[in-house]
Amino acid sequence: MPKKLMKGNEAIGEAAIVAGAQAYFCYPITPQTEIAEYLAKRMPEVGGVFVQAESELAASQMIFGAAAAGARVFTTSSSPGISLMGEAMSYITAAELPAVFINIIRCGPGLGGILPSQGDYLQAVKGAGHGDYKLLVLAPSTIQEAVDLTIEAFRLADKYLNPVMLIGDGLIGQMMEPVDFESCVKPPRLDCSAWATTGCAGREPHIVKTLFLDPNVLEERNRRLKAKYERMAREEIRFETYGCDPPPDLLFAAYGTTARVVRTAVDRLREEGASVGLFRPISVFPFPDDALRQVAHQPQVHNVLVVEMSMGQMLEDVQSALQGRRPLHFYGRGGGNVPAPEELIDEAKKLLGNGHGGKK
Amino acid sequence: MQREVTFAGFGGQGIMTAGKLLALAGMAEGKEVCWIPSYGPEMRGGTAYCTVVVADRLIGSPIVNDPENVFAFNRPSLDKFAPRVRTGGLLLINSSLIDVRSPRQDISQVLVPCNDLANQLKNGRSINIVGLGAFVARSGMVSLEAQRSVLHKEFGKKKGDVLTATLEVFEAGVRAAQGDKEAVRG
Repeated sequence: MPKKLMKGNEAIGEAAIVAGAQAYFCYPITPQTEIAEYLAKRMPEVGGVFVQAESELAASQMIFGAAAAGARVFTTSSSPGISLMGEAMSYITAAELPAVFINIIRCGPGLGGILPSQGDYLQAVKGAGHGDYKLLVLAPSTIQEAVDLTIEAFRLADKYLNPVMLIGDGLIGQMMEPVDFESCVKPPRLDCSAWATTGCAGREPHIVKTLFLDPNVLEERNRRLKAKYERMAREEIRFETYGCDPPPDLLFAAYGTTARVVRTAVDRLREEGASVGLFRPISVFPFPDDALRQVAHQPQVHNVLVVEMSMGQMLEDVQSALQGRRPLHFYGRGGGNVPAPEELIDEAKKLLGNGHGGKK
Repeated sequence: MQREVTFAGFGGQGIMTAGKLLALAGMAEGKEVCWIPSYGPEMRGGTAYCTVVVADRLIGSPIVNDPENVFAFNRPSLDKFAPRVRTGGLLLINSSLIDVRSPRQDISQVLVPCNDLANQLKNGRSINIVGLGAFVARSGMVSLEAQRSVLHKEFGKKKGDVLTATLEVFEAGVRAAQGDKEAVRG
């Protein structure tokens, strides 16, 4: 199949089909409603289940139920809707079930607006619900990457028996770019015969639950979750560097669409002879702290500039990774405004000083 | 090498479709392409615009604040986007609906009476295709051959002689931009 020009939302929907998703429960919200529209048609075509629930609360609890029954299942929403799903995320994680949540982020807080934002980063990486749990979180910056990571999200959810979240700002949902599904590999079907609630005729019942009143039993589960997250940190780190060899004087850190804007700024600054590079986390939980340190702590790197469509969220992860060993700066836009390359060039020039870092 | 255009008009003029057809032609030429819609709270019939980027390497920022080319299909779009055209760039104006030009001296301006040309061919809905023809012919952002083959592919499956009618208005746009005295003023 040749490349297809697809809107991010539709491409994500098709990627879930390619990944073998069997059930999708949703409640519409801009800017991701085209995913639901697309799947309303596609899921029945592949023998899957499509349900538009009465609310995000209901949709997310349907995910819980379907996951417990061993189905490959997912939902998509946008910021306010994701907040409502936090409870179910906590339960699904507690029950150690695989599921995929996709958040096409709009600006907030509250109902906010429908334009792109990265304001849900902390919610995603810290967990939207209660209790001691994490989601594995991936952040694409192109439509092709959104496709590849959607498929990967299903594989990882199975691998860890833990929900995986994909976060994209509104532009990832709304842009059209060429995508290729040919190289996509469908994750193998999970063997869930030991725990799935598939009807207990002829066998002992399987019980999927999240209530453990015995402190030692629950602590044991807490430890098991912790071990999972430590394994994710060893095995699932993803990132990309651009213009970092040789090490730049000024290192940008950005993810998602913002990283693309930075890339353009980096290209233009380098044409002017400035020494700048980009570190782009792709997995944001686990966060690539070691990799970031390895780049940022080289003696040539004098400043680090974090750029986000928020008032500073990934900034906290970068701060913790750098341990105060490099001056850290921040440039953020909000309200649905996407930073322009020119703004970032101006910010960079302040830090590069009078030609400092440039060839002169 | 990266080239950009913003098509802007009101809802129903086929602005988004024109952009998509252009992006498809870029793809057919093996280029990197990105189509970015205006998405925001709009009422039916409100403003609509999209930006198409065609490049020979990975496209960075999808947001282009100073596009090389702008095609304004209605007056509010001209007012909003003419000031943003990059110096040395190109501004196309749908002169059927816009009776002014931009005061700017540092850009080229081309008048294309999209509605009149489409109406002459009894295809009043296709003003976007007239505009597309004029834009591709004038800017060379993609080749005319690539754009024509995309039109064949996209409209060839439709019933009746939609394809013929579409190609007809496309060529009218092409002729307009290539300096047909009848079609172009200024």
